Amino acid sequence: MIAAIPVSYIARNLMARKLTTILTAGGMALVVYVFATVLMLAAGLKETLVATGQPDNVVVIRRGAQTEVQSGVDRVAAAIVESMPDIATGEDGTKLLSKEPVVLISLPKRASGKASNVVIRGVTANGLVLRPQVKIVEGRMFRVGTSEIIAGRAIAEGFRGAAIGETLRFAQRDWTVVGMFDAGRTGFNSEIWGDAEQLLQSFRRLAFSAVIFRLTDSDRFDAIKSDIEGDQRLTLEAKRETQFYADQSEGLAKFISYLGTTISVIFSIGAIIGAMITMYASVASRTSEIGTLRALGFSRAAILAAFLGESLLLGLVGGVIGLVGASFMQMVPISTTNFQTFAEIAFTFTLTPYIVLASLAFALLMGFIGGFLPAARAARLSIVDALRAA
Amino acid sequence: MFVPFLVLRNALRHKLRTTLTMIGIVVAIVAFGLLRTIVDAWYAGAESSSSARLVTRSAISLVFSLPLNYAQKLRQVPGVASVGWANWFGGVYITESNFFPQFAIDGATYLDMYPEFRLTAEERKAFLVDRQGAIAGRKIADKFGWKVGDQIPIRGTIFPGTWTFTLRAIYDGADAKVDETQFFFHWDYLNEAVKKRFPRRADQVGFYLIEIRDPGEAAEISQRVDTTFKNSLAETLTETEKAFQLGFVAMTEAILVAIQAVSWVIIVIIMAVMANTMAMTARERYSEYATMKAIGFSNGFVARLIFAESIAIALAGGALGIALTFPIAAWFGGLMGTLFPVFFISDETLLMQIGAAVIVGVVAALIPAWRAAQVRIVDGLRSVA
Repeated sequence: MIAAIPVSYIARNLMARKLTTILTAGGMALVVYVFATVLMLAAGLKETLVATGQPDNVVVIRRGAQTEVQSGVDRVAAAIVESMPDIATGEDGTKLLSKEPVVLISLPKRASGKASNVVIRGVTANGLVLRPQVKIVEGRMFRVGTSEIIAGRAIAEGFRGAAIGETLRFAQRDWTVVGMFDAGRTGFNSEIWGDAEQLLQSFRRLAFSAVIFRLTDSDRFDAIKSDIEGDQRLTLEAKRETQFYADQSEGLAKFISYLGTTISVIFSIGAIIGAMITMYASVASRTSEIGTLRALGFSRAAILAAFLGESLLLGLVGGVIGLVGASFMQMVPISTTNFQTFAEIAFTFTLTPYIVLASLAFALLMGFIGGFLPAARAARLSIVDALRAA
Repeated sequence: MFVPFLVLRNALRHKLRTTLTMIGIVVAIVAFGLLRTIVDAWYAGAESSSSARLVTRSAISLVFSLPLNYAQKLRQVPGVASVGWANWFGGVYITESNFFPQFAIDGATYLDMYPEFRLTAEERKAFLVDRQGAIAGRKIADKFGWKVGDQIPIRGTIFPGTWTFTLRAIYDGADAKVDETQFFFHWDYLNEAVKKRFPRRADQVGFYLIEIRDPGEAAEISQRVDTTFKNSLAETLTETEKAFQLGFVAMTEAILVAIQAVSWVIIVIIMAVMANTMAMTARERYSEYATMKAIGFSNGFVARLIFAESIAIALAGGALGIALTFPIAAWFGGLMGTLFPVFFISDETLLMQIGAAVIVGVVAALIPAWRAAQVRIVDGLRSVA
């Protein structure tokens, strides 16, 4: 038996009919593009919300509330939490704990003028220490006791009245934006921060929304969680900050990946059919060539492998083109309402190694399914009939 | 008769290839129709809203409530016919995945404002006299197997605790556009309990609904309402119910745009598949086309032949796809359940599906037809597929 048919022979077959190859690979590239883009979207959202949380930080909200906005923690309860052990102490000797009011305000988007809900969070000095990702990149920090606010990069750029020097009017006051902060790829980038006490006053609230603190030791989480949840005076629950934000991305991420996977599967049927048509035509027009190869001594398996290889190569080319296209999407920022928190969240498409592998595997699978039947037909041809054809 | 016959025979020459191409078109047209219907479902809330209803809510955002005493002031605004109110409850029935909207409503006024929620007179009365009573839409009642008289426990997320309601009525929508997944109960019941447990949060209303006498005056009345409460502790934002609903749609616009874009991508994909089929078909027949030209048929005739074949295959696939969209959309709508309360294929979608099929047929034939028309008789006769 002679060894396998060389790869260069397979590749040259694809080159021989350029228009057909371009169209088939182009169809597959589009499918892979959509497939990869959707996975990147879900990954980007997850990464953003997971990166928002610090593993050592704990978020305490009212039991049953799913988000900070729904929650309420009154001053007495907040003080009880503050008095608990296992809370880390900062450099200035105060406990690393921040009692924060969190509300939503409706702001018009810069581009379309359409309103969307933006999180406005009241923080204390320790609030910044608890979130080392947050850095003021322009302007300055708000002064405690004033109607000054600072805006996250996505908000400052995306919403009217939120850039430095502009003012926002809500709760009967004009609030001046004095700084812009960058929190990297985290949810805080889509928030506005102000002085906690000032915001409580102006919104006429008595209760904070959440208490956030740092643990002295990450392992002490279970102990303090049972302390808080077992305390008869409190109706609160504690979550690790990482978990808290991961939970908030679940619904939207799931929705995106379900919808995306369904669409990709439906699309792939179209692309597989395209590959099948191409490969069947390729087999039909090369019948006598196949006969010659067989007569030369190439086995049926070698013929099968050659045609399957051609189809896989077609899939690979499509997959690579699709991935290259999808990788450009990383430059496109996306901002939408997370329907779990009802607030705006900005994130980016993120290409992970897993997505690269999954997309290429998907492309090869399309090539394999599309090429298998035609390759089998080629392998089954009898030498005499094939040679007599054409 | 000769030409259509020739086109048909040509199309059926490679049965396998034509069948595969048609399956591709069917899949694309179904997917396209389904995605368009999903986008429509998103807008359904806005589509079914009345222009004679205004929504007044806190100017800060929906998270903030308005005082109950605004109701009296709203009734005095010229042009206002009646005033109702409601609170978003945001509770969880057993688990979070059983999502459906719940509203605490003021009672009779609210129901009067929504004649599209059909209730029998007895059911309506049974609800109004029972303080713990509730009304559920047909879709969720069927989904959870509720019957009138059942006790329904709902865990509050905004209003802590477990709240139990007695189902007194199940409403049906006046037409397919009405959301049948909502759940209503008495605002008074909620307020009484809140008064005892969190006195500061009592007598607060999530949003007011205003029925106006003349829908043409909506803008003026909205302005009048908002001026009334300007510079008060709780400033208001009033807009028509439609604008209010569209505001929700706009928040998730990025996702909608993506779905719309994707629905066109599939048409492009199938265009590539179909163009590939036609390119191969034409290439195999260059010698035939050359023969026809030699006999005296014009270049245009050869090109038209390819166009006709391409469009015929695309339309056949398109027709089959449209026929299949109906059962598939029905199945998908059932699967999504309460996520898309209103889910049906619009006439516009059908027209777009037909249009897409024609466009695919025409575009796919462009290059092959041009090439076939250009091929020189000598080259064509010599060509081997």
